Amino acid sequence: MLRLNVFLLAVLVVCGLSLVTSRHQARKLFVELERTQGEARAFETEYGQLQLEQSTWATPARVEKIARTSLGLELPPSSRVEMVPPGGAR
Amino acid sequence: MSAPRPPEGARPLGGKRREAPHRGDHTRRAPPPALPRFRAAIVFGALALAFGVLAARSLWLQGFAHAFLQEQGSARYSRELEVPAHRGRIVDRLGEPLAISTPVKSLWAFPAKLDASPPQRVKLAAVLETPASSLARKLDADEDFVFVARQLAPEVADRAMALGIAGLNEQHEYRRYYPAGETMSHILGFTGDRDVGQEGIELAQQEWLGGHPGSRRVIINRRGDVVEDVEAIRAPQAGRDLALAIDTRLQHIAFRELKAAVEANKAKAGGLVILDVRSGEILALANWPTFNPNARHGVARERMRNRALTDVFEPGSTLKPFTIAAALETGRVRPDSVIQTAPGTLTIGPATIHDAHVHGALTVEQVIQKSSNVGAAKIALSLPAETMWHTLSDAGFGAAPKTGFPGEVGGRLRPPKTWRPIEQATIAYGHGISVNLVQLARAYTVFATDGELKPATLLKTSGPVAGRPVLSPPTARAVRHMLELAVQPGGTAPKAQVPGYRVAGKTGTAHKLEGRAYTHKFVSSFVGLAPASAPQLVVAVMIDEPGAGQHYGGDVAAPVFSAVMGAALRMLAVPNDAAVDNVILPPPGSSVDEDT
Repeated sequence: MLRLNVFLLAVLVVCGLSLVTSRHQARKLFVELERTQGEARAFETEYGQLQLEQSTWATPARVEKIARTSLGLELPPSSRVEMVPPGGAR
Repeated sequence: MSAPRPPEGARPLGGKRREAPHRGDHTRRAPPPALPRFRAAIVFGALALAFGVLAARSLWLQGFAHAFLQEQGSARYSRELEVPAHRGRIVDRLGEPLAISTPVKSLWAFPAKLDASPPQRVKLAAVLETPASSLARKLDADEDFVFVARQLAPEVADRAMALGIAGLNEQHEYRRYYPAGETMSHILGFTGDRDVGQEGIELAQQEWLGGHPGSRRVIINRRGDVVEDVEAIRAPQAGRDLALAIDTRLQHIAFRELKAAVEANKAKAGGLVILDVRSGEILALANWPTFNPNARHGVARERMRNRALTDVFEPGSTLKPFTIAAALETGRVRPDSVIQTAPGTLTIGPATIHDAHVHGALTVEQVIQKSSNVGAAKIALSLPAETMWHTLSDAGFGAAPKTGFPGEVGGRLRPPKTWRPIEQATIAYGHGISVNLVQLARAYTVFATDGELKPATLLKTSGPVAGRPVLSPPTARAVRHMLELAVQPGGTAPKAQVPGYRVAGKTGTAHKLEGRAYTHKFVSSFVGLAPASAPQLVVAVMIDEPGAGQHYGGDVAAPVFSAVMGAALRMLAVPNDAAVDNVILPPPGSSVDEDT
């Protein structure tokens, strides 16, 4: 009887300790998960901001202004346009 | 109460009885003093009472104050956190972002509880980039609650919070940005403080775009870190992205040309719509005046109106093709039937209709080409009112175009039973009827297709959409041919021609109605389609009150049409259906002007 009790006590102690460890592990992993999810949100935010920035740089009005002023591009008048029919035949 | 005393020397926990030192047991022994019985009773009673009080207290705590205590207990370790869900983006048909929500922070305080030292205030003003005086006005305001700064970039707010000012708090918010700025503000509308749609598409599509924040219960530790998820109370639902039919590039072209035209003509306002003929999608919709949705503080409501959808005007001659189409459908006239328009006036009862120029005998084709009011009125009067009404109604007049835009109007088309002959005659050339610009552009899809009216939509569709047949194909083609004549020399709008493409269209110059009388202010318009051999786009231009000397649609609106249509067709790489030197302008002074 005494031996059984000692044995059960040992089992109990082992179980208790393993519960503590797994609980601790779970908490640690959870904190990690939280942190990673937070990071994911931050990246999403940054992605939105970058998209915003990109489309602000690429607004047609800005592109056109740069093309016209600093690059000196312009639309050719129709007198300077020669049409090539499909197939390239002259 | 009077337990026998243990023998002297006995150890209460002693394992082995040791030999106690002898100090003469018998000499110390005395009989226990006789205590009065009532003393024991008093002690017992006192203890029993104390126990009773404890029991009652615990019963009270367990039974009645349970809920309160449970709440207080969990408040020490459990928290309900909001899980944010951001609003969906709005993108154009190519996926270019038009509206994006991004997190920002607002700083707030209870002025009574705020405790900022003078150096802290100076630093705060520097971080917020505001003058110290205006900051002081907020911090010392006689209010319960103030926003110290709204919708700051998160980094700026973090720097302000890092100053460690007691009583300064931050609040997370979303702010919506519109990269296209003023070019597209009327369509998109904007959102309010809580990122909820207030105008335009943002309002109309609130259900689709809006996210629903979730919430979850968690356990936190002493430092406030979340250590465990207890339950998800509500799953967050992020807003969905929305693709519009708008093409940012065409929108830019439309806006640029419209703005230039309104400014050059010193006009009060203007609108421009580009429609895709096959799908009915609105590829561009520009309005002037406009506003910047990213900085709309103090902008008059007047500038925020999407005039192309929410305002109506009398269309003038742009309506004549529908009159002619109704007549062709009955078979009473043919494109080459001759109508006598001399002497350029037509008197119906007390009223007289005028042409700007006396044209004499014109064919039905020439009535459109020269835009003769008398000719259109004579043709209209040969028709039953119901027939004309049916054609106009089937072309979408008198009913809202159902684009899904909030506040769109349908214009006015009175029932035919109430038409008097003079009204039937004026409706023939677009007076006594009102339309909005999108409606007018959409109606022209019946000439751009072989007689089908396409549904106009602001949202992207996947491919061609079947329309509703309104006219027979031969009629639609015949009218399209007449519209092509109108933009050629001898027509009213040679300035609408586009190099490299055949175009077709109709001018409109309508006197504005103010109160009950027509004034000497005008609405100049042009609606046209191209390429005429296989139409792909309809462009409608409206210039309100041009004030720089010219007011004819052929002079004011047609050049805008030409610039926009040409650039749009090139942008969309539509194959040419004419040589690039196809534009033939009449010699100066020989142009044909119309009067409505």
